[in-house]
Amino acid sequence: MRGLSRRRIRAIVRKELRVYRRNGSIIAAMAIIPLLFLVQPLVSVLTVSSSSAVQLRDHHELVYMLGIPALVPVMLAAYAVVGERQEGTLEPVLTTPIPREELLLGKALAVLAPSVGIAYAVFGVFLVLVGLFAHPGVPSALIRPPDVVVQVIFTPLIAAWSIWIGIAISTRASDVRVAQQLSVLASLPTLALTTLVAFNVIHATLGLAVGLGVALLLANRLGWRLVSALFDRERLIAGVR
Amino acid sequence: MSVASSDGSSGSVALSVSGLGKRFGDRVAFEGLSFEIAYGEVFGFLGPNGAGKTTTVRTLGTLIAPTSGSATVAGIPLTPENGVEIRRRIAIMPETPGLYRRLSVAENLECFADLYEVSDTDARIERALRAVNLTERAQDPCGTLSKGLRQRVAVARALLSDPEVLFLDEPTAGLDPVASRDVHAMIAELGLSGVTIFLTTHRLEEAERLCNRVAILNTTLRTIGRPDELRERLFAKALTVRTLVPLSEPESVFGGLPAVGGWRQDDSGEYVVSVSDPEVAGPAITRALVAAGADVVTISESYHSLEDVYLELIDEDQESSRS
Repeated sequence: MRGLSRRRIRAIVRKELRVYRRNGSIIAAMAIIPLLFLVQPLVSVLTVSSSSAVQLRDHHELVYMLGIPALVPVMLAAYAVVGERQEGTLEPVLTTPIPREELLLGKALAVLAPSVGIAYAVFGVFLVLVGLFAHPGVPSALIRPPDVVVQVIFTPLIAAWSIWIGIAISTRASDVRVAQQLSVLASLPTLALTTLVAFNVIHATLGLAVGLGVALLLANRLGWRLVSALFDRERLIAGVR
Repeated sequence: MSVASSDGSSGSVALSVSGLGKRFGDRVAFEGLSFEIAYGEVFGFLGPNGAGKTTTVRTLGTLIAPTSGSATVAGIPLTPENGVEIRRRIAIMPETPGLYRRLSVAENLECFADLYEVSDTDARIERALRAVNLTERAQDPCGTLSKGLRQRVAVARALLSDPEVLFLDEPTAGLDPVASRDVHAMIAELGLSGVTIFLTTHRLEEAERLCNRVAILNTTLRTIGRPDELRERLFAKALTVRTLVPLSEPESVFGGLPAVGGWRQDDSGEYVVSVSDPEVAGPAITRALVAAGADVVTISESYHSLEDVYLELIDEDQESSRS
């Protein structure tokens, strides 16, 4: 591949972030899902008594919050290509010298940054609220360093994976709503995996974490290549081939 | 016309197309296109809806791959590998401006200046805005602009990279007469400043006013040339004679006069006299009419607009497709 142009990628990222910032429905969509993921575990943790706190050691409640990076970015990513196409703004961009790899990377980074920011912020708020309002013994049983590290490392990895799924669907879909619905469906396996780990159905081990981390790294790298290959300038512009 | 050199700018051919065609499955979008456009030329590409104009622009702009033929755009052979390099040298203004409505005019232009990696971004944006008289509206969100102003922003966007070839696809589609006039003035100015312009339109008066040469496309190239050349090629020269009362014996007046090939009376009662040389036939007809005691109201050279040329060719196509 030719050398990537940071300037062109930055131009796409900046443009996308400006558009998100000024679009109330995007901000609302990005806010609702994290709130749902914050309220449910918060309620269940805050109602745990000190005497029952020890049971929390059998679960990885924090991992449940990895559902945020799995779900938050897909709606935006699913809009990325087909949305621009429907708005008529895609064709002018495609007439510029930007290669598809750079365009897609720019779009992915623009979704990744706020998604990861929101996921970390909600996680931080959750930890603070648990520290402040949970019964004694609960925070120490719940907040264990390995789970926090997993959260920090896996948030961007899972978000990136969801983004590539969303963009891949967006490059082939002909309607924004269809793309968003399919993308949410496609991200459910990731959500299921994190939930199963959180409730100890899948036993969390260091080996599993490393394996999943490496798999996600490779999948994200491959996802970029694959989505770039799926991005068919002609089909997107003419609607046919 | 010489062939363009590899760097494009030093040759005199901005666009060279040879047997170019595009099919979508069984459907032919256009085929067998061959023409050349010189640097600095304003070239009109006319045709009815569905004739293949926009697909031609998209093909030459590397958005769509041709299925046959070859082309050189701004000196670069049209191949998939050369897409980025060609797009660096050209600009395309699609039929719909495609601006980010939530971004300001300046932010839209800034994004595209970065995509073209132009140097001195602020000065370029300032210059492009000045060219389209929009400096005062630079901070306005594009969504608040009228359709005409959005079209002007799209022109400014196309000018950012100083393109060697500028493709304008139906730049006045849907605009009111005042907005159209503004866009026409801009195109005329760009043409005078030496920008090569490929203008697709089905507004014939637009092409006639702005273009050095025009091509008429109806899936295949029907004709190409200067508007006056096309008129001469398709229509015989004629003089139109209007008299106060009909002539009693028109044949005796028009028959046998020098440079006169024949005559007919049209529906409005005027006499349309086919001539080979109006400057010879005109005085002779005038003398003959006076000698015959006719009360002459006007004698004028028949004018065929580009619209007549266009309709003649498109009608021919429709008739041949029916037969």
